[in-house]
Amino acid sequence: MATIKLQNLWKHYGDVQAVRGIDLDIEHNEFVALVGPSGCGKTTTLRMIAGLEDITGGEIQIGGKTVNEVPPKDRDIAMVFQNYALYPHMSVYQNMSFGLRIRKTPKAEIDRRVQNAADILNIGELLERRPKQLSGGQRQRVAMGRAIVRDPVVFLFDEPLSNLDAKLRVQMRTEIKKIHQRVQTTVVYVTHDQIEAMTLADRIVVMNDGVIEQVGTPDEMYSNPRTHFVASFIGSPSMNFAPCNLVKTAGGLAVRLTDDISLNVPEDRTARYEPFADKEMIFGIRPEHVTERRQHANGAQQDIAADVNVLEPMGIDTMVFFSLGPKEVCARSEPSAVSNVGESMGFTVNMDKMHLIDPSTDAVV
Amino acid sequence: MSSNDMTAMTTSSGELLAENKVPFWRLRKAFANYVALVPYLAFALFPFYIIAITSIKSKQEINNLGESPFWATGIAVENFTYLATNTSFFEHWMVNTLIVTTVSTIISVSVGILAAYALARLKFRGVELFGVAVFITYLVPQTLLFLPLINVVNAIDDVIPIRDTYWSLILTYPTFLIPFVTWLLMGYFRTIPVEVEECAYLDGCSRLSALFRVVLPMAIPGIICAILFSYTLSWNEFLYALVFIQDEHAKTLSVGVFTELIRGDIYFWGSLMAACLLGTLPIVILYGFLMDYYTSGLTQGAIK
Repeated sequence: MATIKLQNLWKHYGDVQAVRGIDLDIEHNEFVALVGPSGCGKTTTLRMIAGLEDITGGEIQIGGKTVNEVPPKDRDIAMVFQNYALYPHMSVYQNMSFGLRIRKTPKAEIDRRVQNAADILNIGELLERRPKQLSGGQRQRVAMGRAIVRDPVVFLFDEPLSNLDAKLRVQMRTEIKKIHQRVQTTVVYVTHDQIEAMTLADRIVVMNDGVIEQVGTPDEMYSNPRTHFVASFIGSPSMNFAPCNLVKTAGGLAVRLTDDISLNVPEDRTARYEPFADKEMIFGIRPEHVTERRQHANGAQQDIAADVNVLEPMGIDTMVFFSLGPKEVCARSEPSAVSNVGESMGFTVNMDKMHLIDPSTDAVV
Repeated sequence: MSSNDMTAMTTSSGELLAENKVPFWRLRKAFANYVALVPYLAFALFPFYIIAITSIKSKQEINNLGESPFWATGIAVENFTYLATNTSFFEHWMVNTLIVTTVSTIISVSVGILAAYALARLKFRGVELFGVAVFITYLVPQTLLFLPLINVVNAIDDVIPIRDTYWSLILTYPTFLIPFVTWLLMGYFRTIPVEVEECAYLDGCSRLSALFRVVLPMAIPGIICAILFSYTLSWNEFLYALVFIQDEHAKTLSVGVFTELIRGDIYFWGSLMAACLLGTLPIVILYGFLMDYYTSGLTQGAIK
């Protein structure tokens, strides 16, 4: 059972606090993605799990055992580095078998495992080559193969796809998912790309500034972000935010964005938002919930009109940018329903999907 | 012919231009590049030319002021036979130099590798200060250092007789070789991606086994470079060898040639030059063999 437990984990570099007291429980065979912007402490956390970085405070448990004092070589962990870190003086076969040879695994067993990993990764014909004779994608596979043959209790990935070109990245992403389905192991995957995190992980951990902002399934992160940061980080294109006033109306509450535009809050949310009435708030809505005029089933929708500033066709949809007071807002529209730039267009806002953020706490209420 | 026609291209004016024909401006540029090297080559190679040409002249020809010093009229081997029969050139000096150089290089490079790795990779209090100290040690001139070293050699000589043997040199050469090798390799180790080493730890290596199995194989060009330089430095060393050794049979090449082929104000020019020529050969051969390693990068393919 390879569970991972981080308890009140701290890391200081001199005066800089890279990780500030995080707690996290990772289940056996779970795929967890640590995601966040550069410098948020995600890689440091991963390196502490690997034992490559000393812990300033707190505790790390792997499989129920505290490993604070255990050197990396005894943690039974495999890691795929961002820059692959292959051994340049060894062939692919030697690269993959290195860890097994160090651990004095019998030759036949090494052969079997390397062959098996090579089959999984489709690199059987590359085994005799040197790393410098491989392309970027092939090196990436070898780096993963090196981890797979070890059959470790925990797999760590440190932004493994960020050195690949866009097309290959998407391909390898699918492949990593397939591999995890075949080779059941606990995985901790660090990335700054929220799409990678969403597509791969069972659970996502969003980190910012050394602390965990939110932990949850990809769906939870998307539908119910708990902080302003998570709401802005998850989702592509990212959520629209606009300062607003929450005002009381005859029928309930409304979000007043500009002097002309007020959007009624759905009735089922009135009670939830009541305490924030008459306050300055931040209104959040994802582009996919601002569309061309259309009918939504439950009717909690508001129609607005605005002049189109910029169009970004994406094929299946077209992103439409328009001004809402001082803010520019992005909407996702049917390509056929789009007006020309400079012309007026009608939009429908699906208020069931709205978010309201209290700027004093940055929490989604 | 037909293949030529197929690869031929047509210029704007319609004439055929063979694809592999080098344009004139490119030839002119290449010529200019080589011309620029001529002054350098003249300075660098002229002394060697004089050494080589003088070593194959007979004594009469050298002393004949009527002959030009810049070329020889024939090939004489008398200078080389003189070295073999009248001096200890081959039987002692060459052998001593080989032993001293090889052993002190092995000692210096082994100690230097460990020191450089520690200074480049380990984090401990004062690591940077230590690195600078190594460099400063290297800067202390030999002409000052030999004075205290005489005391050291004498003190050791009281217990184990090392004075007037090549052991005194094997012991003292590393005092300037180790700081040099350490400094050189420190820079090289820093260029080796640390992730590769970390990967070795996760694969089950201790620090020492990661050093030998992963870091050193990647550092081979740097180590070759260290070997070449410390070999050359100790091969050419003159001062310590002059001070610590008086016995003719224990001398190294540089001192032996100087003390035995110059007697008072008499210079045995022919044999001196022959000795110089033979003395540089092993170094030239060594460079020839190791140059490929020295220039090739071995970390290619490790990252990205």
